[in-house]
Amino acid sequence: MSFVAQNLACQRADQLIFKDVSFSLSPGEAIWVKGRNGAGKSSLLRICARLLSPLSGHVEWQGEDIFKDDDIYIGEYHYLGHLDALKHAFTVRENIEFWASFHGSPNVDFALEQFELQALADMPAGMLSQGQKKRTNLARLVASPAKLWILDEPLSALDQQYIALFRERLRRHLAEGGMALFATHQDIELEPVNILNLDETAL
Amino acid sequence: MSRFFQLIGRDIRLAFRQGSAITLSLSFFVIVVVLFPLGVGPELAVLARIGPGVLWVAALLACLLTLDRMFQADFEDGSLDLLIIGPMPTEMLVLAKVIAHWLTSVLPLIVIAPVLGLSLNLPGDSIVALTGALLVGTPTLSLIGAVGAALTVGMRRGGVLLSLLILPLYIPVLIFGVAAVDASIAQLSAAPHLLLLGGVSLGALVVGPLAAAAGLRLSLS
Amino acid sequence: MAIDLHKYANPKRFLAITSAIYPWSVWLTVILLLGGLYLSLFVAPPDYQQGDTVRIMFVHVPAAWMALMIYTLMAVSSAVGLIWKHPVADLTAKAAAPIGACFTFLALVTGSLWGQPMWGTFWVWDARLTSMLILLFLYLGYMAIWESFDDPAKAAKAAAILALVGVINIPIIRFSVDWWNTLHQPASVATMDGPKIHTTILIPLLVMGLAYTAFFVMVLIIRVKAEILKRRLRVLQIAELRES
Repeated sequence: MSFVAQNLACQRADQLIFKDVSFSLSPGEAIWVKGRNGAGKSSLLRICARLLSPLSGHVEWQGEDIFKDDDIYIGEYHYLGHLDALKHAFTVRENIEFWASFHGSPNVDFALEQFELQALADMPAGMLSQGQKKRTNLARLVASPAKLWILDEPLSALDQQYIALFRERLRRHLAEGGMALFATHQDIELEPVNILNLDETAL
Repeated sequence: MSRFFQLIGRDIRLAFRQGSAITLSLSFFVIVVVLFPLGVGPELAVLARIGPGVLWVAALLACLLTLDRMFQADFEDGSLDLLIIGPMPTEMLVLAKVIAHWLTSVLPLIVIAPVLGLSLNLPGDSIVALTGALLVGTPTLSLIGAVGAALTVGMRRGGVLLSLLILPLYIPVLIFGVAAVDASIAQLSAAPHLLLLGGVSLGALVVGPLAAAAGLRLSLS
Repeated sequence: MAIDLHKYANPKRFLAITSAIYPWSVWLTVILLLGGLYLSLFVAPPDYQQGDTVRIMFVHVPAAWMALMIYTLMAVSSAVGLIWKHPVADLTAKAAAPIGACFTFLALVTGSLWGQPMWGTFWVWDARLTSMLILLFLYLGYMAIWESFDDPAKAAKAAAILALVGVINIPIIRFSVDWWNTLHQPASVATMDGPKIHTTILIPLLVMGLAYTAFFVMVLIIRVKAEILKRRLRVLQIAELRES
């Protein structure tokens, strides 16, 4: 079981953002995508999440191209973007519940507990602080199981205590044979981690 | 399949929690219809003559008013990304959103339309025809509208462009819909017009989700 | 550096072919237009009812033909652009739209000028004129969506989807408008189907139609070339931006 990206190139509005980006992930491994602003970190993650097609190159999950034969890839990964995907009129529990059952087999109480959200479970998401919204969103990751986590800025708006908490969850995910691909400005202090620097491959 | 109904259920619950969307299009519909007697005068014969057209045009506009939110709300908070990469084919996703839109934004209009029809002095039979025509014809509005909503999702001022793109495509529904009511006022059978409306709806059921799914994938990429 | 950036800006074969066609299209336009105008103004007989005003038809009817033909062409090249990802096809559709809109507008204006002597009013909700008006809206929507995207590749796809949905709808719209017209038509009004088609009328009509087609080809070539140059300029500007 592995995730392989080969010679990816990405174009946005006639502008080539990066090319020849290759990497691979095996169970238990994590990759930290680094780069200056505009280096294409988010675009790379969106390509890996099937939200953007690459200009050239291909991405494989267990040897199958994720854009051509996506059946085995769908449901095997979580994507967490800049936006929180929360409905303000729903409670924390309802939000997590919907996404978890939409994605796969839900375990909402476990997720609430993992991110210390039990007290907030019945609050409308619209009333939460930025950090609490982020935690609700992170709880999606464990509310339904997935092998690969694709995380765009997972630490933003979190304070130190919850950064540590998230690090623990991420370590456990990796220890259980999961994989992670993330981009963040802050140091996540995760060891061991492979670093993919887009500044070196970019133009 | 359960995901399909889950998504419809979520959208309906959201619409009821927020409430404003339903009441907004409903009040818009009522106000537009009420403007006509004020504009053309209260003569009952004139009102009965223009009534079917007024009701249909007002329904088109009220539907258009809510269309741009069909994907926009999910786009703005990032939900659309997750829906698209989820296990449901994008065409089914569009269909679920269309059904939710029709149930929350269009069905209330159909419920209140007979009352407005009475206020415009439409005879009883034609009100039945009006309700039937709205039931058969309005799904097309949501289906074709989904294409426009998908193409304009994420645009600033997408709503204005949306009306330019979509309103010309609504013309057949308007014509057949009004013709059905007019026929019943003239003591003729409304059936041929209703059949045509149904045909248009079936066509839109095929074309709408396909084109809207293509539009959504492109708007997100 | 550029893997694929020049794919838009380098359609050499297209440019070679169109450069060969272009002078012919200019000469054809001039000859056919002069011939067509002569035939329609001097050779075709005046109508026994409408007199010389019927000659507006020779401008009006071919313009309406062109309006429909150009939209169909746009839809076909949109499909080619979507399916085979041929960039020149997208640009052709884009370049054709304003020309089609102009022909539609011409058909509307001449139709209403013709309506004045025939019906005593500048605008009648005749089925053909109404369909033309709706077609004009479709053209305007198509042109508007091209302007609404920053990324030309996205705009091309969105416009192509719209053109295809539009072309499926045109026959339905046309049918519904005819339906509407027969339901509401007062009995005695003459329609634009007007006089029976004699060969003395048909030939000038056809010549004018061909003249319009040649004119369309000529303008289309100019516009597609301009679009290609615009793309090339954009790519060069982006490259320059990156170097600085």
